[in-house]
Amino acid sequence: MTLLLVGLGFCLLGVLTSALPRTYRVPVTASCAALGCALAFCAAMRVLVTGDTVSFHTTLILPLNGFAMTLDPLGALFIVATALVGFASCVYCIGYVRGELQSRSAMGLFVAFILSLLAVPAASSIATLMLFWELMAVSSMLLIVVEHRHRREARDAALWYGVMTQLGAASILLGLLLLTLRGGGQTFTEIKSHADALSPIVRSSAFMLVLLGFASKAGAVPLHVWLPKAHPEAPSPVSAMMSSSMVAMGVYGIIRVGDDLLHGGTVWWWIAVVALGTLSALYGALHATTSTDIKRLLAYSTIDILGLVLIGVGAAGALRDTGHPAVAQLALMAALLLVVAHAGFKGALFLGAGAVERATGTRDLDQLGGLIHRMPVTTTIFALSACSIMAVPTLSGFSSEWLLLQGLLHGFTDASTPTLIALLVGIVALALTGGLTAVAFVKALGIGFLGQARTLGAVNATEVAPTMQIAMALLGAVSIVLGLVPGLVVPLINRAAQSGLSRSTMSPLARGTGLVLAQLRGAIQPAFLFVGAAAVLVAVWLINRRLVHRSARRVDAWGCGRDVQTARMQYTATSFGEPLQRVFADVLRPQSDVELTHVAESRYYEQSLKYQNQVSDAVEQFGYRPVIDAVLRGGKAARRIQNGSIHRYLAFGFVALLVVLVVLA
Amino acid sequence: MPASALQIVLVALGGPLLLGLMAKIRARAEGRVGAPISQPLKDIRKLLSKERLHARHASVVLPLAPIVILAATAVAIGIAPLITTHPALGASADILVIVYLLLTGSVAGALAGLDTGTAFGGMGASRAMTIGALAEPALLVAVIALSIQAGTSNLPAIVSSTLAHPNWVSGPSRLLALVALVIVIIAETGRLPVDNPATHLELTMIHEAMILEYAGPELALVTLGGAMRLGLLFSLVANLFFPWGIGSNGSLVGLLVGVLALALKTSVIAVGVSLIEIHSAKLRLFRLPELLAGAFVMSVLAVITGLVTR
Repeated sequence: MTLLLVGLGFCLLGVLTSALPRTYRVPVTASCAALGCALAFCAAMRVLVTGDTVSFHTTLILPLNGFAMTLDPLGALFIVATALVGFASCVYCIGYVRGELQSRSAMGLFVAFILSLLAVPAASSIATLMLFWELMAVSSMLLIVVEHRHRREARDAALWYGVMTQLGAASILLGLLLLTLRGGGQTFTEIKSHADALSPIVRSSAFMLVLLGFASKAGAVPLHVWLPKAHPEAPSPVSAMMSSSMVAMGVYGIIRVGDDLLHGGTVWWWIAVVALGTLSALYGALHATTSTDIKRLLAYSTIDILGLVLIGVGAAGALRDTGHPAVAQLALMAALLLVVAHAGFKGALFLGAGAVERATGTRDLDQLGGLIHRMPVTTTIFALSACSIMAVPTLSGFSSEWLLLQGLLHGFTDASTPTLIALLVGIVALALTGGLTAVAFVKALGIGFLGQARTLGAVNATEVAPTMQIAMALLGAVSIVLGLVPGLVVPLINRAAQSGLSRSTMSPLARGTGLVLAQLRGAIQPAFLFVGAAAVLVAVWLINRRLVHRSARRVDAWGCGRDVQTARMQYTATSFGEPLQRVFADVLRPQSDVELTHVAESRYYEQSLKYQNQVSDAVEQFGYRPVIDAVLRGGKAARRIQNGSIHRYLAFGFVALLVVLVVLA
Repeated sequence: MPASALQIVLVALGGPLLLGLMAKIRARAEGRVGAPISQPLKDIRKLLSKERLHARHASVVLPLAPIVILAATAVAIGIAPLITTHPALGASADILVIVYLLLTGSVAGALAGLDTGTAFGGMGASRAMTIGALAEPALLVAVIALSIQAGTSNLPAIVSSTLAHPNWVSGPSRLLALVALVIVIIAETGRLPVDNPATHLELTMIHEAMILEYAGPELALVTLGGAMRLGLLFSLVANLFFPWGIGSNGSLVGLLVGVLALALKTSVIAVGVSLIEIHSAKLRLFRLPELLAGAFVMSVLAVITGLVTR
């Protein structure tokens, strides 16, 4: 525990050193925060390897309620994922020198954000949790507005994000407070021992309220509307942390409250979680295929993957009380492995997108292209992470998806009918999102990095600073390690899942380099697959060299007999996703607009033609905006009682006071 | 291990032969004599001796993609139970690994298409990935239907359990999965009515547009990769649904019998697919989602009937 506290102390030191003059500010602050992340990583790994739970309690920081932190294996796993991405983001920050992130407040807020992300999984009382949760929310909201002078959308994004995160926090607080009814204390150990004394209605409403708040943070549809606005507008190191770690905090909260504090609860809770997960996975994947902004694509992909994680968590909870608790633990392990893998590849993807934005000045895929020649390192790491998210075998995304499918597959024996339907829907969602994710990332990689450069910004791009490359490579290595030898991290994830499912002692996965199911039948050995593929690659390459001595000659590509092939003739990101946009038009609701101006003299000739196509978030357009408009209309109507007369206002105050006194009496 | 190497060589030679057989049947149905069955092999040999050309704006992805496609398909063939129920890595030969290795091949091809920096490459990549995205769910759910029935997703285990329970083959779950898989295979290998492998018209090309810029040895590798993919998919359908003839004990006689049985079964499937090709016209691009959605619904029904009739 001291190691974690020292780590958090270094982060606090980083917040203070952000007051240094500009030449020292970023390196010193980022180094302090990186050191803090490294120490937290070591502390969490120690807990995961030994399986011990460590605690810390003081009445100093929060005098009324006490400050309690407990690091158990479940929280430690989330801290490991956060620390990895945090370390890489801090190293990245050192090279990301231009821009508003350099200012005192921005760097201080960035380190405070990392501090809160490291501390949330270790909080063990309601007051401590809410303290760090609010710190996380406020610091990230202010970080989104850091570049608001360049982009108006940043202010809009911060507003949406702020409102939704505060509503979520209120919901979480209400739910947790319900659990302290009838004399329960506010630390997690007290809540856990008191939980069985509460009535089922109180438990269910508490879980539903808490689910609302945490699912909103995890980007579950329909509470996801802030995510595609906020993640693109924040500076890239912040986006990486938000997308990798902050959304994972939502998942952590659901597992902590549902599985740990409330001892599992009813099956219906978890079927609701599976339903949320399915909706998110499908919706996120669809929107990712039609997004042309690289960071918005990554944000929707986060919603997709977190949907799959929620399916795993829901399946684990639903299968918990059946005759096969080992399968429930397997599903939870799959969800946790996917969280760590997601932190690795999504962090690398966001840092890569930031590097592209820094080098070319734009996030729009329709204006990029040909970056593989100009930014080879960034392209390689982006390609690696994109292949990982597309579930290419021997990378981390495939290992986690395989494990999740195994957890869902083996749950079909002896499950009740609602659980069966939930598992089936989960599997269908997994199947549907696989292909859609592939389309989205082939688009991002192929249109953004391959082919010819479409604008001057892409033509003039150069490779980014070495520290940024090192940071991206670090997270890329996570994808490779988790993909080739997932068996190494299996004992750690096993401990975390055991701690999540309240001290179970099962080990559904056997030891080894690959993933081997212990009692059931099924295994993958990515390391051997890689060796086999490498052998075939080398063989084909050698045969190629033997048979074909000639080197390649460069020629013009086929253009149907045209002389000139310009970069403008290539497919764009919009055109790449257009077939799927047409197929799923009912869900995506694209808005097309054609404006045609005729020549004054004759209607047969056109003067100008303007075409606009836009895919905005349908849930926001048809769900949230009508509600907001109704509230605004109600507000305008209520303004009529404000006629400026101070006598009327005094009368209102008097009547309100009377009513309160009558109610209290 | 030697059985796996034999499998790879067998499919590398047999895949083009299957293509030749399908072309021959089509020619005969159209009243022509047609090219000999070994023509695709001769074409590959001819292409290997041609000059190697790269598009001007292409990067390292263009020459690398055919090798990646070939490697992914070869590894998938190596671990699949085609002539024996004990291939290399038998305990970790998972059917999901094979599905995702095939996806890797598609992704590599699409990236190479986009790498050329031409309109055709992008168009082919976009259409091919869209069809792949719509066919993938049907493939995965059909495969999962088989896994649920066998209690595992380990491929040799599914084949062995089908051998041990012959009455499964005629069950409604298996039949629905078979129909869904046949539609998916037609989509994944780019045959009519999904895609016309002999067209070079801009409006109708899908796979051909993606590989338009390949020439010489790289085109040979791409063609061989496509043929091996076809051979693998036909062999998997044959062995998952009618596994009799597969070698079970690893002896030489068993392997030979497995080779002959595989050749016979895949030829029958090739004849069947060829007849479907002859009797159907190419579907419009935006009719394909209906076909693939139908395949998906059939896979889901296969899972549901499998659960209900357990």
